[in-house]
Amino acid sequence: MPSFVISEKCDGCKGGDKTACMYICPNDLMVLDPNSMKAYNQEPDQCWECFSCVKICPTQAIEVRGYTDFVPLGSSIMPMLGTEDVMWTCKFRNGTIKRFKFPIRTTPEGAANAYKDLKGNDLDSPLLATEEADGKELPKPIATV
Amino acid sequence: MALPNKPLGETKAVKDPEVEEREVDILIVGGGMAACGAAFEIKKWAPEDAKILLVDKAALERSGAVAQGLSAINTYIGENSPDDYVRMVRNDLMGIVREDLIFDLGTHVDDTVYLFEEWGLPIWKESEEGKNLDGKKGQKMGTLKSGAKPVRTGKWQIMINGESYKRIVAEAAKLALGEENILERVFIVELLTDASVENQIAGAVGFSVRENKVYVIKAKTMMIACGGAVNIYQPRSIDEGKGRAWYPVWNAGSTYYLGMRAGAELSMMENRFTPSRFKDGYGPVGAWFLLFKAKALNGLGENYVASDAAKAELEKYAPYGTAAITPTCLRNHLMLFEMKEGRGPIMMDTVTALAELGKTLDKRELKHLESEAWEDFLDMTCGQANLWCATNTEPEKKNSEVMPTEPYLLGSHSGCCGFWVSGPNYDWVPDAYKWGDGDKVYNRMTTVKGLFTAGDGVGCSGHKFSSGSHAEGRIAAKSMVQYYRDHKDFAPALSQSAQELVDIVYQPVRNYLENYEYTTAQNINPNYIKPYGMTARLMKATNEYGGGTATYYMTTSKNLEIIMELLEVMREDCEKLAAGDLHELMRCWEVKHRIWTVESHLRHIQYRKETRYPGFYYQADYPGQDDENWFCFVNSKFDPKAGTWDVFKKDYVKIIPD
Repeated sequence: MPSFVISEKCDGCKGGDKTACMYICPNDLMVLDPNSMKAYNQEPDQCWECFSCVKICPTQAIEVRGYTDFVPLGSSIMPMLGTEDVMWTCKFRNGTIKRFKFPIRTTPEGAANAYKDLKGNDLDSPLLATEEADGKELPKPIATV
Repeated sequence: MALPNKPLGETKAVKDPEVEEREVDILIVGGGMAACGAAFEIKKWAPEDAKILLVDKAALERSGAVAQGLSAINTYIGENSPDDYVRMVRNDLMGIVREDLIFDLGTHVDDTVYLFEEWGLPIWKESEEGKNLDGKKGQKMGTLKSGAKPVRTGKWQIMINGESYKRIVAEAAKLALGEENILERVFIVELLTDASVENQIAGAVGFSVRENKVYVIKAKTMMIACGGAVNIYQPRSIDEGKGRAWYPVWNAGSTYYLGMRAGAELSMMENRFTPSRFKDGYGPVGAWFLLFKAKALNGLGENYVASDAAKAELEKYAPYGTAAITPTCLRNHLMLFEMKEGRGPIMMDTVTALAELGKTLDKRELKHLESEAWEDFLDMTCGQANLWCATNTEPEKKNSEVMPTEPYLLGSHSGCCGFWVSGPNYDWVPDAYKWGDGDKVYNRMTTVKGLFTAGDGVGCSGHKFSSGSHAEGRIAAKSMVQYYRDHKDFAPALSQSAQELVDIVYQPVRNYLENYEYTTAQNINPNYIKPYGMTARLMKATNEYGGGTATYYMTTSKNLEIIMELLEVMREDCEKLAAGDLHELMRCWEVKHRIWTVESHLRHIQYRKETRYPGFYYQADYPGQDDENWFCFVNSKFDPKAGTWDVFKKDYVKIIPD
């Protein structure tokens, strides 16, 4: 299901130093057309349909249409990524619409505790840093052959 | 550090790129779960002045196998024991695994899951009444670390709301390592061993896919964790659908190529994974089998796995086939048996499963159940959800077809190919399983000194999945710091000059620039081959001769001989790969990585004269398992100086009793 860019909605991220879809695509597929200054998918048969570009696009200019090999036309699924939830709108070929909302994270963005101040003590023990801090005792096999 | 994206369209490649030389103490190659685990852990052990660098081909926020998200964490030990975890993995992989590595992972993986939850990953919980609560509502039950009960779909899996799984894990990795120590959009393509110290890693070379620049990086020690190999066999979809690979389409076997070319010993490369998934969309079936208790039916509407014929077939592969949980390859084997006998297609009976569950649920609960079924796809295989929409498939009204995919190579899921690495330094670990330098043992080090790996890179220990790969990256990170401490005075020296390395990395660009004007259409030129064509050639050959879907995964000694010749010619033609832009240069190197990875896979299949994993592949000249001769690992080593391969047996040692 390759991603496609709606001409009218794409503003090339306003000529900023970082276009969102180019930044995020894990397979380096999204590029800017230097003349129109709009993005496009340069290699649709290598698109994993991961929706990373769809979710990150600030103008909702990117959608996907099913792989021509096996997906009939007429459906769409569209995410709206918030800070706590994702809202999906799933449109069937026959017009049925289903909406789903799922949590995506329970902490504010940027607030992951990286334990930046934690320093391990015993480099030769098998314990990981947070295990050592917790005083964890690693189990041994209950029995060996 | 993220590079600015220049609005240039396809960035044209130039003959002479800029060169940036760097020298660091510790290098992490990759950006997925394992690399993020290493990034989180390493500074907690490394001295303040240690120089550490992580290099990712993509953007850390959405790179690797978890880029799209996941709907479950498949390895959480919880109330179980690491001993039982070993038994499960051993049975699923038909007996031959590294029990030290698996046990070790099992003792650390829960700590990583606790971190994920603390960072903000929503994990489902069971309420006091035994009802499922999603990761947000379930917060009132407390955390896993504080004793809250997760929602188990099997003995080892727990359900999550994992759309942002990778973003959360990458955020912690970036904060821990510091963005200034991360290079994104740089593709490492070759490793470099030391000019004077024998069998010692010394550096890596790669290029930016955003600007014409080659990086030559020296390091005292490094980790390679760049995922498994995808699009190595002809996919079932041949046009746009090639992108809908089950594993991430950008995994090009780079982990295996990089280590193998540095001389690191590989193990169990014959072990591949051909998952059975919803046809074409490749959506997950695990929740359908385990959470919704759905059954797979053959074309006659029979629950074929419960038939007497199926039971008799499984008995041939006792004790694995007769264990409580049928190994993944044998489940495929039964499915293929139905298909070959003309009793296809195989259908997942979602209609009956949901109707059965509906009998005990009220309307609100039923609505929630429907939502859970859709989330399973939307969290990790969005395209499958769209396929259901496009084909008007509501699972409560219409069943969906299931089919085994094309083969994949990986070490973290239900497959176990990868490098032969040292285990942990415990007294119960056999001497043959631990090594390092002198009397030191370095856990997860390959057979090349200073070269570590994790996740898909570690062989003989599958079923790590996302959480296990992250934990293994952390284990390897601590070992790398030990290695660095013990080799502080080592000054890596490269045997090739920066210019010689640039010539290797930019060869496809030179091929293009020197020849493209000869023809009127740049993709058709007798003097070079574009990566698209080379990839197609590889996939056609593997499909036809190497046990692809074309032959129901069957190969023979003669077929293997033929494909070995084809691969040799492909390797020669790789010298003539051509790239007109940086994206194409990435594809050139990826196909090279794929070709070498496949070659190691097929050399192992050729060497192992039995069919250890029916359902994953069949060696028709040696059907069935031959425990007497082949209850051992198959390892291989490419000698980079001589350019020769050596394939050999390695003893299996049983550690955990049945």
